[in-house]
Amino acid sequence: MANHSAEMHEHAEHGHYDPMANKIGMWTFLFTEALLFGALFIAFFVYLSTNTGDFLDCSSELNRIMGAINTVVLLTSSLTMALAIAALQRGNKRLSLNLMLMTLVFAAVFLIIKYFEWSHKIHLGIYPKSELMVNRAQGDQLFYGLYYTMTGLHGLHVAIGAVLILIAMRKVQTGGVHKTKFSFIENVGLYWHLVDLVWIYLFPMFYLIGR
Amino acid sequence: MNTQVKTAASSSPVPDYIRASKGIWSWLTTTDHKRIGLMYFVVMISLFVAAMGMAVTFRLELFSPGEQLFESDIYNRLLTLHGVVMIFLFIIPGIPAVFGNFFLPIMIGAKDVVFPRLNLLSWYCFVVGALIALFSVTLGGIDTGWTFYVPYSQKTDLNVLVPILAAFIIGWSSILTGINFIATTHRMRVKGMGFFDMPLFVWSLYATGWIQILATPVVGITLLLLVFEKFVGVAIFDPAAGGDPILFEHLFWIYSHPAVYVMILPAMGVVSEIIPTFARRTIFGYKTIAYSSIAIAGIGSLVWAHHMFTSGMVDEARIVFSFLTFFVAVPSGVKVFNWLATLYKGSIELRSPMMWCLMFIFLFSIGGLTGLFNASLSIDIHLHDTSWVPAHFHYTIFGGAVVILFAACHYWWPKIFGRMVNERIAIGTCIGFFIGFNLTYMPLFFAGTAGMPRRYADYLPEYTIYHRLSTIGAVILATSILIMIINLVRSISKGKIAPANPWQGATLEWTVPSPPPTLNFTGEPDTSRGAYEYPVEVSDG
Repeated sequence: MANHSAEMHEHAEHGHYDPMANKIGMWTFLFTEALLFGALFIAFFVYLSTNTGDFLDCSSELNRIMGAINTVVLLTSSLTMALAIAALQRGNKRLSLNLMLMTLVFAAVFLIIKYFEWSHKIHLGIYPKSELMVNRAQGDQLFYGLYYTMTGLHGLHVAIGAVLILIAMRKVQTGGVHKTKFSFIENVGLYWHLVDLVWIYLFPMFYLIGR
Repeated sequence: MNTQVKTAASSSPVPDYIRASKGIWSWLTTTDHKRIGLMYFVVMISLFVAAMGMAVTFRLELFSPGEQLFESDIYNRLLTLHGVVMIFLFIIPGIPAVFGNFFLPIMIGAKDVVFPRLNLLSWYCFVVGALIALFSVTLGGIDTGWTFYVPYSQKTDLNVLVPILAAFIIGWSSILTGINFIATTHRMRVKGMGFFDMPLFVWSLYATGWIQILATPVVGITLLLLVFEKFVGVAIFDPAAGGDPILFEHLFWIYSHPAVYVMILPAMGVVSEIIPTFARRTIFGYKTIAYSSIAIAGIGSLVWAHHMFTSGMVDEARIVFSFLTFFVAVPSGVKVFNWLATLYKGSIELRSPMMWCLMFIFLFSIGGLTGLFNASLSIDIHLHDTSWVPAHFHYTIFGGAVVILFAACHYWWPKIFGRMVNERIAIGTCIGFFIGFNLTYMPLFFAGTAGMPRRYADYLPEYTIYHRLSTIGAVILATSILIMIINLVRSISKGKIAPANPWQGATLEWTVPSPPPTLNFTGEPDTSRGAYEYPVEVSDG
């Protein structure tokens, strides 16, 4: 009993709510994420400069329509996420939940389109170490290597973001996150915008540099 | 349970953090920054002793030319494991994870770090990483060296992925600690303590935090790319698929050079605490030391390619990196001169923490100055990949960061455990360390200039004298360290009871009981005294 109450005391004293600290923590974490992708961007641009012709050819092989639709989907999802936070801050729990649900739907649409793009390419025999791939130009191998790595890692971030939004919805529903205590949902929003931001760079890098 | 509460209550009104709750579970689920710091220490120091054992073992192999104890394949694996454990599991978490966790909140008058549960998560990331790294040993270990350079790491067996995964997970531990410290420094300072009222150790941890969060993800993704390439076959660094192995080296060192400042900056912070305490004199040039920490973090992030002067790079880039490398020595020099100026006309008391610090200044100066030779392009061509380089970085990292980790042990042990360390044995081991250290690494400078390559399991007979001296030194060094550790551990139960402020220190951790209670401060932290206002009158005995 004594132990238990000491722990309770400890938790009560330790776990104070500091939205500013949460924000600082999240932003520093986002720097980390930005540099994670930053290293990949460096690799991409180094190889773009050494294999320009191959990269431009491969870029033309990607489906620009699908890429463009995904860009619109993700940008819109950032909007609905931002609106969800604004709605909660104004005390409109129901609207906030609906907007987050919409964000989730957009996330799903994005991943489904990505799935079709990938499976189409794999169906054509374009994947790492495939018979077709190892016989193509070196620049092509690098382009698709980076394509699968970067869009794959980005897709993973979309999935993680979707899970975070689910948790945020749960917290809003149960009242853990509300009008005056919205640090969590705000941070989920920040993460979601980063996922969006990374795509804004990935789209032109992979889809638009071709002929 | 009732009796426990009674005994705790009878010794002092508020139980200290060690006696606050009992049982292994209360430690494994703790969010107390002091307990987490201590748990880091236990894991790290065990790994350190193991990696030191490996070093002594391969030094014995090097006692004479030819094969003594084992073949070169085992030598390569021992050398790699020594590097991986020392770098990723011991010295990168190092001072921040142990003493940063323990003292950062107390020094700024806080009850804990701002994200206590995240802090515990960092520890678990670290332990999981450590276990995975140890697991790789059971698979036979790896022989790539701790840098995992491609294309060799892609050609060697699949085991190489295990320590890479370990390094990746430990990277997250480092990032989360960095985030925690930065947010804590911004948000948890006691009312009235501005940034320029903070102890310099806190400044150095703050600068370190920025390096941790900005540099670590780069090596994280690089190691992940290595895994993708080896496991999935994605073409990235493989020259056969058009990849560039030198790109790997760049990405690797973009993190791994700043990582040496993750090791040394907190150590410099500790020196800035210990020297004023034992010189009874306010620190000379507080602001320049604070700014130089930030400057080292900034400039140190732009010098990585000096590890690659012989790898293939355009001359313009090499000249810029050479210049920046010289330049990063400036803020380090600023600190050294400030410490010396603090000592000038101080009333110096030669206690064991101070002895370690003075040793640090000597060894680190040698390490720093020999680094300038490596920074010079033409000289580096001669010295690169010779035993000069391990001699140089052992003088900076071992003679710098690790010596100060030991200094911090002796300085803060009374606060952490409430017991004094046996001073005579402490000073004895300190002198033994100094002799052993110089005997181990000084000959390697000479062997290196004479052309002895680094990493080799064998050598020509003319290098025998250097290796003999070095091996004898290594044995003296390891013995001193073991006696030092035994002395420290023994004091936990046998040492004299420590007062709250045994050294007459001026920072906030000396105003709380030894060991501190769970929430650090029983009342409001006393901020009436500056962090470096001497002399300190000690009222309670």
